[in-house]
Amino acid sequence: MEDPGRGKASLTAWTARDAGLVGCRHCTRVWPADTEICGRCGGRLVSREATSQQRVWAWLIAGLMFYIPANVYPMLVTRTVGFAEDQTIVGGVLELAGHGAYGVAFIVFFASVIIPVGKFVAIGWLAWLVERPHGYRPKQLLHLYEVVEWIGRWSMIDVFVVAILVALVQFQLVASINPGIAAVCFALSVVFTMLSAMSFDSRILWDGIETLDDDDRS
Amino acid sequence: MAADGSGGVPLENLVCCPVCDALHEVGTVAEGQRLRCVRCGTIIAVGQSEAITRIVVLAVTALILMSIVVFYPFLTLRNGVFASRASVFETVMSFSEGVMAPLSFAVAAFVIILPVARLATLIWALGPLAINRAPLPGATFALRWAEILRPWAMAEIFMVGVAVALVKLADLATLQMGPAFWSFGAIVVITTLKDTQMSKHSIWKTLDEAKRR
Repeated sequence: MEDPGRGKASLTAWTARDAGLVGCRHCTRVWPADTEICGRCGGRLVSREATSQQRVWAWLIAGLMFYIPANVYPMLVTRTVGFAEDQTIVGGVLELAGHGAYGVAFIVFFASVIIPVGKFVAIGWLAWLVERPHGYRPKQLLHLYEVVEWIGRWSMIDVFVVAILVALVQFQLVASINPGIAAVCFALSVVFTMLSAMSFDSRILWDGIETLDDDDRS
Repeated sequence: MAADGSGGVPLENLVCCPVCDALHEVGTVAEGQRLRCVRCGTIIAVGQSEAITRIVVLAVTALILMSIVVFYPFLTLRNGVFASRASVFETVMSFSEGVMAPLSFAVAAFVIILPVARLATLIWALGPLAINRAPLPGATFALRWAEILRPWAMAEIFMVGVAVALVKLADLATLQMGPAFWSFGAIVVITTLKDTQMSKHSIWKTLDEAKRR
């Protein structure tokens, strides 16, 4: 139980599949390998998702496609007497930094730029590694997937900021803020990359790590 | 903890890790003990006899606060003679024109509908167990969906969004936080507390035992 995921001994484990069983990912109950529906929670049972790779790539590409217009088109359209000003994601970050709010500017930059871009790279890399016998750095891989899956939803911050600003700033003639098309693209991009991370079957990644460990020892 | 094959051990006592599929044999878990997967460190079981009651109490509290959030003003913006007031409902409806309409629906789902659905399914599935009654019909279905909805309920992320919006507007006007604002903050804290009490194996085992009674 000490230091899980570190050291060689703990990398190999007797899995449900090795034992001729299939485990339920919803409720952790195990069943004989040919069971299709979990008798405890009613969830679908699959030992390893066969189509997981196709779905990961499909959602990832869809997310990437929407991320480009999300950065090019305006997120906010601000109208003050006679003027209309467009603001993109990066423009919004620069404006915050210009006010001296560096901390908040960093949060928005982190959530809207670093997390999405990091996620595209991380999921793509993991999905690429799973398809072939990967030969290096297993320890760094171990929890990368979990971090990616956990952090992805935080990208939604910018969409919510736009919603709050639009709802609050409606002084009809003096000033009003309206959403730009990038808000829709960005929200779709976040949802698609979340679906991509969820389609990933982490058990396949762990199978690969176990194989690597066996090769090392022989 | 890893079982050496299924031979001899009844399947009910075996637990698979949902992340890496490692097989564990789990008997009774001592009070206050946390069992982690031998390989990837995911929490497998939590020994807390009061966990179910605590989850239900926190879920009910969050649900009551949620009704305050939807109906009371959330933020008020003042700029000289002008005042603008927004409730959470108005916030989610802010994209409701033209091509933005689906986004309005999505924000409503992430901020109000899915968090409420998650609380309701949890209470439906675990509420009777907390007061020592037999589970309601559909309890297994409700509990499974409570877990599936988890990543899509984004109330806490909305709160951070509010903080960022406040900074953006600080120069433009004075802002007042309404009762809904503080309620929503409380919901975020309560939901986080509730989720730390959850362990799939322990909850499902309790539901299993309640059904057999």
